[in-house]
Amino acid sequence: MNEIPEVIRTIPLNLYLYFSTALFVIGIIGVLIRRNAIIIFMSVELMLNSVNLLLTAFSAYRSDPNGQIFVFFIMAVAAAEVAVGLAIIVMIYRNVRTTDINILNKLKW
Amino acid sequence: MQEFILPANNAEMTWVCLLIPLLPLIGFLINGLGNRKLPKGLAGLVGCATVIGSFALSLFLFFGFEGYGNRPYTTDIFDWINVAALQIPFSFQIDQLSLIMLLLVTGVGSVIHIYSAGYMHDDENFGKFFAFLNLFVFSMLLLVMGSNYVMMFVGWEGVGLCSYLLIGFWNKVTPYNNAAKKAFIINRIGDLGFLLGIFLIFITYGSVSYGEVFNQASQLNEVNDGVVVAITLLLFVGAMGKSAQLPLYTWLPDAMAGPTPVSALIHAATMVTAGIYMVIRSNVLYTLAPDTLEIVAVIGLATALFAATIGLFQNDIKKVLAYSTVSQLGYMFLALGVMAYSSSLFHVLTHAFFKALLFLGAGSVIHAMSGEQDLRRMGGLRKALPITFITFLIGTLAISGIPPFAGFFSKDELLAHVYQHSKVMWAFGLLTSFMTAFYMFRLLYLAFFGNFRGTEAQRHHLHESPAVMTIPLIILAILSTVGGFMGLPPVFSENHMLANFLSPIYELARRAVPSAFQVEHLSHEMEYILMGVSVAVALVAIILAYIIYGKKKSVPAEEGTTSGLHKLVYNKYYVDELYDTIIVKPIMGLSTGLYRFVEKGIIDPIVNGLGKGVLGGGRSLRLVQSGAIGSYILIMVLGIALILLLNFIIL
Repeated sequence: MNEIPEVIRTIPLNLYLYFSTALFVIGIIGVLIRRNAIIIFMSVELMLNSVNLLLTAFSAYRSDPNGQIFVFFIMAVAAAEVAVGLAIIVMIYRNVRTTDINILNKLKW
Repeated sequence: MQEFILPANNAEMTWVCLLIPLLPLIGFLINGLGNRKLPKGLAGLVGCATVIGSFALSLFLFFGFEGYGNRPYTTDIFDWINVAALQIPFSFQIDQLSLIMLLLVTGVGSVIHIYSAGYMHDDENFGKFFAFLNLFVFSMLLLVMGSNYVMMFVGWEGVGLCSYLLIGFWNKVTPYNNAAKKAFIINRIGDLGFLLGIFLIFITYGSVSYGEVFNQASQLNEVNDGVVVAITLLLFVGAMGKSAQLPLYTWLPDAMAGPTPVSALIHAATMVTAGIYMVIRSNVLYTLAPDTLEIVAVIGLATALFAATIGLFQNDIKKVLAYSTVSQLGYMFLALGVMAYSSSLFHVLTHAFFKALLFLGAGSVIHAMSGEQDLRRMGGLRKALPITFITFLIGTLAISGIPPFAGFFSKDELLAHVYQHSKVMWAFGLLTSFMTAFYMFRLLYLAFFGNFRGTEAQRHHLHESPAVMTIPLIILAILSTVGGFMGLPPVFSENHMLANFLSPIYELARRAVPSAFQVEHLSHEMEYILMGVSVAVALVAIILAYIIYGKKKSVPAEEGTTSGLHKLVYNKYYVDELYDTIIVKPIMGLSTGLYRFVEKGIIDPIVNGLGKGVLGGGRSLRLVQSGAIGSYILIMVLGIALILLLNFIIL
């Protein structure tokens, strides 16, 4: 562990863990209780970013760059996903004039 | 046997060896694929030409053998099975034994093929028939040419399959199909023994190649070594099935359901000789196991006697011949059992000539009688079918052991060897010979002498067969007449051509057990006496048959009117019924019971229940897909939580 810079060591790894867990749970709760598709989407982003944070933290503490490379990939994929997802939501809004997921229940059986 | 068998160093020989079995295979493919498209003439031509081609090549090998150094050789075609210690090349072994068998299979096979072209001419599945015949010859050639036990087994199974296909050739008739199944299943029983024997050989010697196995056996094993006895007994079980010995003989008489040329091919040239060939091929092993040989001799003798008694009262012309074949095969095994390997092969050869002749002659009779096979409906045929009659007479004389026809020499030589081994066995052998002569002449008198007993329609239809059928008869009649001269007894000539030619194949056995080959020669007086006795016995039988069926013109009684011993023998000692009761019925009962209770009561509900459960589950789970995104996400989150929880508990 001697290669870890002093700056990073000032904040212990546990705190990163608590923080990203909290972020993740907030994201889950947001996804579960909100009805607006766009807000759900934002909550999903929150969850993704909590995971990113955790990956970066572990990566730094273990002096292993792999985790950070993963984060870059996740960001790129998430950006692409958001572009597609938002486009779909916009199209749905144009057709149905709402983004309330309780009304959007046509995709069944 | 490295010092005996060398690989052929000649590409020409390799090609010839390869072509011999390949030609019939090509014939099979052409006829098989073009079954309905080829015209009959072409199908017949392809079928016959390929086998005749093989015969020509076999002759080439035979006459080239001396020029090639007079020593056995093998030709490797390709590496066939190559797994760890198991190395089996696909290679052919050409030695004195396989050369003789090659000539027999292709020679007699060719004659039968030509005859079939006439006999089957009006059959709608003419092409299919020739395809099967060619495949039969191909399998038999693999069997006799292979250089290891596994190749022999492939050929062995091949002839089994072809016999099934051919016996049930007229598969619109249920009893014929049953006969085919019977032949197949009984052969499977024997094959199990054969296969176990091969496994045991591989475990013991680490190889299945003849040269390697025999070499090791001759050096390593003691006489009557337990392993060798076990191997030879297991191999003999295979031979019992294929060569129709007690108690696995019942398929052969039923095999008469097939077309007559097939009967001739199975009975004379190919399938049933496989067992004899196998024992002679394994002579090193058998010589090392005198205990097995004793069993072989006893079973052979019992079969010979048993089948001959059944033959006495059969009324179906082909059935008489079939039981006669079983009986003659018993003779051959008797000879093997007393270590007269060459005599046995001699009898295989002469028997192939006259039995093929007799079957084809019977076919000619059946052809003339529009399918009638019952001797009680024949009679007086000699005027209508002169060529068939004369050739059939020659065949009958040959099988009865009347000099100078072929059967006399081989049977006499065989019995002389038996006499040296055991006087009791010789006496029983002579009794069999008596019965053989009797039932064959009974058949002859019933079919060709006396008054015609068939219907008016049959009488008008009577005609001699076409040349394509009579010429094979004539060829076989000539062979049956002169075939015996290849093995003249010592009193006439010191030079027994066949035995001298075959002598090298016993070299290893001779080295391993020198004492077994030191049999004293009979004095010439003794030989004359033995010969005289066997001829006298045959003559008495013939006279007896003449008195009953020739002079008094007795005709066998109709079905159901006989009683006592006669009825017992006529019904083949009820062996089929016995097998039916103690084996077939219980198995059928067991399977019916299993079907009713296990299959219907346990397995079906489980299988159907599983299917129904899945269907029902799907139907109710479908409703979970409500389309409400909230519920999807909830389920997903709960699922992830569950997985994490499980992870936590288990790890």
